[in-house]
Amino acid sequence: MGARVVVLDYGFGNVRSAVRSLERVGADVTLTADRAAAQEADGLVVPGVGAFAACMAGLKVVRGHEVVGRRLAGNRPVLGICVGMQVMFDAGVEHGERAEGMGEWPGVVERLGAPVVPHMGWSPVEVPAGSTLFEGIADERFYFVHSYAAQTFAKGHDENAVGVFSPPKVTWADHGGRFVAAVEDGPLAATQFHPEKSGDAGARLLENWVRSLA
Amino acid sequence: MSVAIRVIPCLDVDAGRVVKGVNFADLRDAGDPVELAGRYDAEGADELTFLDVSASSGDRETMVDVVRRTAEQVFVPLTVGGGVRSTDDVDRLLRAGADKVGVNTAAIARPELIAEIAERFGSQVLTLSVDARRVTGDVTTPSGYEVTTHGGRRGTGIDAVEWAEKAAVLGAGEILLNSMDADGTTAGFDLEMLRAVRERVHVPLVASGGAGTPQHFVEAAQAGADAVLAASVFHFGVLTVGQVKDAMRAAGLVVR
Repeated sequence: MGARVVVLDYGFGNVRSAVRSLERVGADVTLTADRAAAQEADGLVVPGVGAFAACMAGLKVVRGHEVVGRRLAGNRPVLGICVGMQVMFDAGVEHGERAEGMGEWPGVVERLGAPVVPHMGWSPVEVPAGSTLFEGIADERFYFVHSYAAQTFAKGHDENAVGVFSPPKVTWADHGGRFVAAVEDGPLAATQFHPEKSGDAGARLLENWVRSLA
Repeated sequence: MSVAIRVIPCLDVDAGRVVKGVNFADLRDAGDPVELAGRYDAEGADELTFLDVSASSGDRETMVDVVRRTAEQVFVPLTVGGGVRSTDDVDRLLRAGADKVGVNTAAIARPELIAEIAERFGSQVLTLSVDARRVTGDVTTPSGYEVTTHGGRRGTGIDAVEWAEKAAVLGAGEILLNSMDADGTTAGFDLEMLRAVRERVHVPLVASGGAGTPQHFVEAAQAGADAVLAASVFHFGVLTVGQVKDAMRAAGLVVR
């Protein structure tokens, strides 16, 4: 049996594609909002599309934010996708309204500054050395569809830091300016793009993540 | 900007079967939208569009099933349009696995629908489809283009450029601009109309109608289209997605 993965079903996200693409790379996938199952799985996927505030509110209804917090405290892997990544930051600002996120990472998710928004389509990414998620696919394009993104990443920028914790590995993309395309931060990983919609490259990324769940 | 120009094959689906299906040698069933979608995916399509041309509501249920089966096998974005009239219709298609939903006539009758969909699901799920043509006879609009319904047979007198602009403000995440004059001619996209809409609209713009050669796709992208859509040239095996991308690459455009 493959790694047990729960895709958190809280009403936001194209969960069918996420489930199928994880199954395709060998995971044993359950789609549920059940907290015990989400807590115990080898890996938890937090999908999300639409508005930041609505996703965050939806997560709270199923107490998904608590599950994520507990899993990370116990070093148990979580993968956020699209708005499921954005809610890991301190806050999001859409239409001038600020909504609080889970605050796992510092920073605010804000509107992209490009002439054409949403950013919709396949873009390349700039992957840091030592990435596990992007192993073998650093030169591929991935499918993005979003109007907002974290455009800075403050945590772990002190390159001279020493200690047991390695700094987060941040992958960047560009659409009218640089934004955070993916983060690998210990047990917490996330992508702004949709790996489940990114063809073979996306499948490889999910496979890399599922493999890391051992 | 580094995002690639998207090449999007479109399949017309009636009661769960592809209309004008062609016998590609390696397909078991050329009329099966799921199998054809898989083929386009393998050819390098950046996205797929299903246009439901079914007349009855029962056939619409069949479409939901087609979407479900496609989403389970094809891992590139899928847009589904045709007969979408309400947020509940959108919800049903998204739940079945569509990534985006195309809205056309219903939004002309009731523009608030655009805002309702955007508010409930986000702008990114909503592609507003505009069937437009040059005005003729005594009809005039500021841009010289008007919105049509009923497959281009009926004019509305609504200015096509203003409508696209208004839809984007209301919350459409993308505009699919289909030239009813060019549609079916294989003489190329309506580049003037594309430029006119591009100038005023700041959401992604998809060019549709008139593609016949790889160069036509290049011209549409150069006129400002973020994506290019075609049905029959891919369908009838006249062109492959790969040929279109090769031409675009040779012209210095960014493709996947």
